[in-house]
Amino acid sequence: MTLESLYVKSTKQIFGVRGSLLFVKAIGGIRYGEIVEVSLDGTSILGQVIDVSRDIAVVQVFGSTAGITPGLTTVKFYGETIKIPASIDMLGRILDGLARPIDGGPQIIPEDYLDIHGNALNPALRIPPSEPIETGISVLDSLLTLVRGQKLPIFSGSGLPHNRIAMQIVRQAAVRGSGEKFVVVFGAIGVTYEEAAYFLNELRSMGALDRTIAFIAPASASTVEKLALPRTALTAAEFIAWNYDMHVLTILTDMTNYAESLREISAAREEVPGRRGYPGYMYTDLATIYERAGRVSTKKGSMTIMPILTMPDDDITHPIPDLTGYITEGQIVLSRDIWRKGIYPPVDVFLSLSRLMKEGIGKDKTREDHREVFSQLISAYAEAQYLRELSAIVGLESLTPRDKKYLEFADLFERKFMNQGEYERRSFEQTLDIGWEILSILPEDELKQISPQTLKKFHPRYRFEVEGRK
Amino acid sequence: MSSRVGRIYRISGPLVVAEGLAGVMMYEVVRVGEEGLIGEVIAIRGDRTFIQVYEETSGLTVGEKVVPTGKPLSAELGPGLIGSIYDGLQRPEKEIGVKTGSIFIERGVSVPPLRREVKWSFEKNREIKLGDKIAPGDIVGFVKETPLVLHKIMVPPEVGGYVKWIADDGDYTIEDSVAIVSLGDREYEVKMYQPWPIRRPRPHSEKLGPIEPLITGIRVIDYMFPIAKGGKAAIPGGFGTGKTVALQEITKWSHADIAIYVGCGERGNEMSDALTSFMKLLDPRRGRLMMERSVFIANTSNMPVAARETSVFLGVTIGEYFRDMGYDVVMVADSTSRWAEAMREISGRMEEMPGEEGFPAYLSSRLAEFYERAGRVKVLGRPERSGSLTIFGAVSPPGGDFSEPVVRSTVRYVQCFYALDYGLATRRHFPAINWLMSYSLYIDFVKAYWNKLSRWSEYRETALKILQREAELSDIVRLVGPEALPEEDKLTLEISRMIREDFLQQSALNPVDSYSPPEKDVMIMEAVMEFYRLAGRALMKGVTVARVRELKSRTLIAQMKYYTLEQLKSGVFENIVNSIRSDFKELLGG
Ligand SMILES: Nc1ncnc2c1ncn2[C@@H]1O[C@H](COP(=O)(O)OP(=O)(O)OP(=O)(O)O)[C@@H](O)[C@H]1O
Ligand SMILES: [Mg+2]
Repeated sequence: MTLESLYVKSTKQIFGVRGSLLFVKAIGGIRYGEIVEVSLDGTSILGQVIDVSRDIAVVQVFGSTAGITPGLTTVKFYGETIKIPASIDMLGRILDGLARPIDGGPQIIPEDYLDIHGNALNPALRIPPSEPIETGISVLDSLLTLVRGQKLPIFSGSGLPHNRIAMQIVRQAAVRGSGEKFVVVFGAIGVTYEEAAYFLNELRSMGALDRTIAFIAPASASTVEKLALPRTALTAAEFIAWNYDMHVLTILTDMTNYAESLREISAAREEVPGRRGYPGYMYTDLATIYERAGRVSTKKGSMTIMPILTMPDDDITHPIPDLTGYITEGQIVLSRDIWRKGIYPPVDVFLSLSRLMKEGIGKDKTREDHREVFSQLISAYAEAQYLRELSAIVGLESLTPRDKKYLEFADLFERKFMNQGEYERRSFEQTLDIGWEILSILPEDELKQISPQTLKKFHPRYRFEVEGRK
Repeated sequence: MSSRVGRIYRISGPLVVAEGLAGVMMYEVVRVGEEGLIGEVIAIRGDRTFIQVYEETSGLTVGEKVVPTGKPLSAELGPGLIGSIYDGLQRPEKEIGVKTGSIFIERGVSVPPLRREVKWSFEKNREIKLGDKIAPGDIVGFVKETPLVLHKIMVPPEVGGYVKWIADDGDYTIEDSVAIVSLGDREYEVKMYQPWPIRRPRPHSEKLGPIEPLITGIRVIDYMFPIAKGGKAAIPGGFGTGKTVALQEITKWSHADIAIYVGCGERGNEMSDALTSFMKLLDPRRGRLMMERSVFIANTSNMPVAARETSVFLGVTIGEYFRDMGYDVVMVADSTSRWAEAMREISGRMEEMPGEEGFPAYLSSRLAEFYERAGRVKVLGRPERSGSLTIFGAVSPPGGDFSEPVVRSTVRYVQCFYALDYGLATRRHFPAINWLMSYSLYIDFVKAYWNKLSRWSEYRETALKILQREAELSDIVRLVGPEALPEEDKLTLEISRMIREDFLQQSALNPVDSYSPPEKDVMIMEAVMEFYRLAGRALMKGVTVARVRELKSRTLIAQMKYYTLEQLKSGVFENIVNSIRSDFKELLGG
């Protein structure tokens, strides 16, 4: 917000207050979308013009309307839309939803003031995402590779360890290649006191803070701050990605809280509700956030977004995950069943998909055997799942030795490959090697997805031979 | 022009209400505010004019001017369309990027849709002589726009008279006149381009019935649920079920002369993926870049919502224009649901009576206006010719639930329904077109084409029956396991699996399999049917399905899709059929 800029107009004529909306007498020259300041004795809160006609301006207040008194309260119009200061010095800082420091540090000295709504990337200048980001988490890097410029959400449920996964990614994520600079922007929306404390602790204790910017709007923050946070975070991310040629990964959690805030405001505006009370424009609203991911032909940097959301009642058809899935390029779905088995991170690899992965893996990107290992792991695990179900009907005794190998494989897949320490970072190579290790318990002729050349080069049996001979 | 400059009275998102615009027409284009943002009149109530603004409205103020243009929202049609990437208002996005030097789409930028400085090599139509009577649609000359597209320069609809002058062969810009038509004391200069209001269907001389299929290169569509040239199809499905991939494949491989891809409220990365592949891939029938016959309209989900509607109408208008030249055009729209949602948003802001799930009552008629512009027609003008426009629209129902308003309204206007199935998609059966729920109403029209190639009617029916039977058996199988079924049913399940895996499944990612010409479809199906016939006989002689399943030729059939048509023709197909026969001979002999 350019609070410095001189406001030109003000009024005390408030016709009414409803929820977080103020109905104010319109004075000449009010701009649609502009920021207003509402002064209450001593303090002031901000708001935004969301509808304006010659007679009335509707102002959405970024906080509580308690204490607003028609006739006494002053509403000042700034003549500008919502802007934040942006600077490379935001790195290492912890800020709120409107980019104000909450880490006790100094104000951000802006290089620029930017409208948090941003602009749409020109579709004709985009180039398809095709290089990976290494999160250091095996199940993601091998089967659900995140690609620079992609938007790939985590669909979680309450009580599942999505926040820990988020922090692990903040700590570990990296891109390959010398001279490539990588930054994580972390945004927490509407999180509880405990969650916020956890994030702050983690962020402060991790060595990676200097390549991280964190934005936190706790549950107690105003609705509008929560609504602003993803955009504020992405505005900072864009500033760094496009002006400083950096690869920026933005993690946003929990977008369910964001959607709830959106619903709340829509209800206050008395809009015709869409499915389950969420506004009809929620798709577009979320799209204007997630579509900020991408790469363009004229810039070196990239914008990658990983939103995290909790599915109400674990229901993937709920409007929040549903509309998200319609916007993002795949989804990582966490599984309560696998979590109950004590496996971290508990990913349902069948419901999950990284749609852009195929372009981002293989030789010179991850490793040449990645594609084949990927297909083989998935198909073997699928076969094993089928056999698990079958053995539940016909009994374990009636399974063949081959079938039993598959069951053993499934256990290893979950306990050794998917399961991973929260502070354990595995490179692409390490991940793929573990993949080979567990695949090698299956008879060789079961590895149908793997070509003989790849098998000779990477299967532990032959690899060992080659290395042994040297 | 009788209308006057008005003033903004109210701003609410993409909706602006103006006062004082006396004499303004419905659907007239107006310029809103000092920046002259493009808007369109969508309702007039007393002195208040409701305007849907196609650009971001923040920063507008009450009292700013609104200037009428006297014209409806129009497309510019002429050489230069092919290979372009437009937004919903037909602004060329590449040129915008060059002009603004920015990676973002900024508002208020204006660049003409067709390049004014390019000189096209015009060749006049030798049939036309000075003094000839000339009418709408008559071809005055030709421009080789790309190696794949001969652009025919036509007399615009509503223009007619006598040829007073026609340009010699030579290089001209689109602003140069290439002919002068006179009627009485009025003269009309024919240029190489013409405007046309996007909401108005371009006239034609006669609607013609469907006669032949539009081959899409997708087996489950072409063989099982074929679409005719000039047909209308909907592809509904939840997220990730394969709508976009299907539409991209259709634009790539369809046996059409012109392909138009409309990305309406969808992802930017997808657009760039499509664009990049169109710049690399060759049209298999003509060996030229696909871009040389394609037009792109990219209005991504984060671009102004109101322009979603114009993107689809712009797409059809361009489609009709090429149809009028006598071409077969295919247009795909991804996704019509996003357009419907934009309608809902504007309607809500206008405080109209909401219909079901908040959609306006006119949702259905608007969808009809769109799909009804598809068709095969005898076009206006000489030489006599016919052309077609085939439309595929994706629908993205919330929660993948087909009972919602957009799917239900769409079904009423389309003849082909390709229902995408979440279950199939999670099992990675692609295209995830559910064979029990999908249909085509063009079967009778395309059967002559297919039966010339093979015993299509019979095989298709048999295959569908087997799939149907599999669905019936699946409940029993779930209870008692497959081994408890009688042999005959086991065979049904085995053949059904072959139909699903070896025929219906088709990977868009595999360079050979992604395009399947009809002759190839026929060969795969013939091999499956031959296997079925012989297996049925073997069963009667007491052979078990377990042994049939092990036959080597079973794997050979599964490999067929990875061969090109040429390979199949030059021996592979014959060999496979022979191995099937010898496998069974051995089985019975041994
Ligand atoms: N024919 C196909 N061959 C191979 N893979 C496919 C095919 N169709 C779909 N897929 C897979 O499914 C994924 C999702 O497909 P697609 O993007 O077309 O879905 P969609 O229905 O358009 O989803 P949304 O509604 O979210 O846009 C693709 O990224 C690809 O991995
Ligand atoms: Mg799609």
